[in-house]
Amino acid sequence: MSNEAVLHAPAGAGLHHEAHGDHHHEHHHETFISKYVFSMDHKMIAKQFLITGMVWAVLGGLMSVLFRLQLGYPEASFPWLEDILGKWAEGGKITPDAYYALVTTHGTVLVFFVLTAGLSGTFANFLIPLQIGARDMASPFMNMLSYWFFFAASIVMLSSMFVEFGPFSGGWTAYPPLSALASASPGSGTGMDLWLIAMALFVVSSLLGGLNYIATILNMRTKGMSMTRLPLTIWALFFTAVLGVLSFPVLFSGFILLIFDRNFGTSFYLSDIFINGVGALPNEGGSAILYQHLFWFLGHPEVYIILLPAMGMASEILSVNSRKPIFGYMAMVGSLFAIAILAFLVWAHHMFVTGLNPFLGSVFVLLTLLIAVPSAIKVFNWLTTLWRGNIRFTPGMMFSIGFVSLFISGGLTGIWLGNSALDIHLHDTYFVIAHFHIVMGVASMFGMFAGIYHWFPKMYGRYMNNTLSYLHFWITLAGAYMIFWPMHYQGLAGMPRRYYDYSVWESFKQFAELNRFISTVAMIVFAAQLLFLFNFFYSVFKGRKVTTQNPYGSNTLEWTTPINPGHGNWVGEIPEVHRWAYDYGKDGKEFISQTTPVGAEESSH
Amino acid sequence: MTALLITAVSLLIFVVIFQISKASEYVAILKGEEHSRKQNNKINGFLMVVFLVLGLIGVWYCNEVLYDKTLLPQGSASVEGERVDSMLWLTLAVTGFVFIGTQIVLFWFAYKYQESDNRKVVFFAHSNKLEAIWTVIPAIVLTVLVVIGLRNWFLFTGEAPKEAMVVEVTGKQFGWIFRYPGKDGAFGKKYYKNIDNASNSLGLIWDDQLTHDDLVMEQTMYLVKGRPVKLIIGSRDVIHDVGLSHFRMKMDAVPGIPTTMWFTPKYTTKEMKEKTGNPDFQFEISCDQMCGNSHYSMKGIIEVVDQAEFDAKMAGQSPYYYTAFPDKDPANAKKDTVKLVAKPVELASKVTAKL
Repeated sequence: MSNEAVLHAPAGAGLHHEAHGDHHHEHHHETFISKYVFSMDHKMIAKQFLITGMVWAVLGGLMSVLFRLQLGYPEASFPWLEDILGKWAEGGKITPDAYYALVTTHGTVLVFFVLTAGLSGTFANFLIPLQIGARDMASPFMNMLSYWFFFAASIVMLSSMFVEFGPFSGGWTAYPPLSALASASPGSGTGMDLWLIAMALFVVSSLLGGLNYIATILNMRTKGMSMTRLPLTIWALFFTAVLGVLSFPVLFSGFILLIFDRNFGTSFYLSDIFINGVGALPNEGGSAILYQHLFWFLGHPEVYIILLPAMGMASEILSVNSRKPIFGYMAMVGSLFAIAILAFLVWAHHMFVTGLNPFLGSVFVLLTLLIAVPSAIKVFNWLTTLWRGNIRFTPGMMFSIGFVSLFISGGLTGIWLGNSALDIHLHDTYFVIAHFHIVMGVASMFGMFAGIYHWFPKMYGRYMNNTLSYLHFWITLAGAYMIFWPMHYQGLAGMPRRYYDYSVWESFKQFAELNRFISTVAMIVFAAQLLFLFNFFYSVFKGRKVTTQNPYGSNTLEWTTPINPGHGNWVGEIPEVHRWAYDYGKDGKEFISQTTPVGAEESSH
Repeated sequence: MTALLITAVSLLIFVVIFQISKASEYVAILKGEEHSRKQNNKINGFLMVVFLVLGLIGVWYCNEVLYDKTLLPQGSASVEGERVDSMLWLTLAVTGFVFIGTQIVLFWFAYKYQESDNRKVVFFAHSNKLEAIWTVIPAIVLTVLVVIGLRNWFLFTGEAPKEAMVVEVTGKQFGWIFRYPGKDGAFGKKYYKNIDNASNSLGLIWDDQLTHDDLVMEQTMYLVKGRPVKLIIGSRDVIHDVGLSHFRMKMDAVPGIPTTMWFTPKYTTKEMKEKTGNPDFQFEISCDQMCGNSHYSMKGIIEVVDQAEFDAKMAGQSPYYYTAFPDKDPANAKKDTVKLVAKPVELASKVTAKL
């Protein structure tokens, strides 16, 4: 679209840049395909990631509603389920096979497709060039490939739901031998093949994206934009990309060995196995635990791949809307760095009850609980950022505050689970479900919502409807707590995860009523997300138009671009940066853009 | 029909919400956007406090309703598990304090520092003193938790006491097999390729004399009150997990790699029935590692009894060897030739002599 949009934008946009506008006019003429499909504009790719992520979020969320239906109403039957799911819900009751397939796909999709691709993919693509002052990514072509590999992964994953024995159903962590042997579980046949192919494609996408983000941040910052002047969003996205680039290949290697075990008769993970109806398998000498090490070497950094972008965006949005600088910028960067390093050193805390060497376990306890220190720094810095600010409750701000609340709630239970002696009791119970859903699932989702609401005007040049946004926020925050808070109690009763039905268990059947309550709230919260989606798509086309270039009075560079920036972002010269991004409320000025030169009599901070 | 009705009602609610939201946007424009933005700000600032108060009440109410349904009121059924519980209370005290404190600060600040025309924000960008405080204090508190945790961890994962009885637990899709060493106090060797569901569910090697008196049972494991037990845990197929929530213990069952766990039961099953007031009470073994589509039904039972009852139970069990070779069972001896019976009898007398 280049710069036509700028010229057609309402008066006041672009302002002094407009004079430079016309000489860019005639080069690259874009077609529908090159603009919306195989686009190389980082902003369009970001939107592609976002909307694909939304589709997956709806599917993944719907899956959770379906399996919560089974958990909440194990005796009931819903004829309409059979209409949708066919043989997977014979007589209107979800079968165990279908239940486990839903649980597994929900996990895989939400962790990888929504909270990794949907979150990093969207905001790294959208914000990096805009906030560092670059016209696009280091390699727009690789960026485009990154999206299309993700798209291919999505198609393969989607297709796995339609094969004869169903999609993979052994849990999103896909531990062998269960995931390696079709004879041990029907979902470990074709469903698992497709799952592995989808995940391999996803790893490729993630690496192409990550390398690009790193290269862009390191090499393409505008004049004056030193690393310590970067907004915290960019720091967070930078560490996220580094984590991904270093850990996804390890996951990939784990998958390769799994593919070998499945298809070529090797015994990396298999040993001493006798399957009912098949007999003893020839494999000997493998270690099922090896896979877990390889998996969690990604799996744990993955948690931070999901969480760091949310932290970065929340930091930025909290500061902008408190009209105050973020408190402790360097401590924020330092704690992000500490978290990124520690993320690689704690993976075996997922394996305390696998029989790992107790000494090794103790090292992982120490390193795991160490993460609480940078996390505490972040929380206290966010709280101090609010202190004596002048808070504007934009929807983005509300979701950022919600993020902090959820991060505290879910982070504190990490102290329980990271302490191995306590983890023995709580491992693989509902306590774990509560912990990670709050801290990484819902909290990151809140970070993502905050980002969408905050940067929607920049993405589409329009506003979302505020009333709907506030409604969305309050229902989701209250609902999330109502769903996950009571689960801690189920965990304290030892109630195991991934059970289809608890009614035959003397120890766990006392929660039938609670399960019904949770399922009901889950459905309401899911409906509230549809409200959000409606608001989003309606506002893309019909929302109120943005009329000022910098609606929030924000310091960062994305608000110096025209209201509807074309490919290349700035008309004419890229602005030069003279200061950090957080001069809010300094010297009596409400905000001082990064592009403003430092005045002679300005106080230093 | 109900489904249709629910869909229709939900749709209607959606439309109503949307119309109201749309209308409020028009009203905002009419009234002046800045004015209505400020109004919204006040409402949301107020709701922040409302949420805080209702949230804390909710936390209290949730505890009121659910606490009795957890395992905490009945306490740990193993001696070692008491340490888990005391650690749990300490961790709860620490994290609970931080939770309530930070949530109050967060939502209170949000309310208190909501936008107001007269407030001048404080340019407060960093303070090394504050950063140091909230680096050092969490670090110290965590060190305490780590030290306590690791002492327990090394106790739980350390060697079982010498007097401990030993039971082998094997998981399979979807049930549990238990093996006792029998009179000789030692387990015979096994090899998974010998497994045969009808007569040799663990793949014992019969050439190894030690297997001949091993006792094998399914679904129920008998333990003795007050006597430490060491479990040697394995799996026949995929990964399972021996989950003993009443004893606060848990350990994976991994094919090819034996793991162990030990603990000391404190109460018999009978005593627990009285203690909990639940006549159906059972110590259940739950599989805690996803093991296939019937994972949720993989249940075992632990029956904790006193020593006398245990001895009687064991004496009544016939060694698994005789299931594989019924003709060698002395119980069937009278019908068989003398020659066939000779060997087991000889073996049995040897063992009795030793004891």
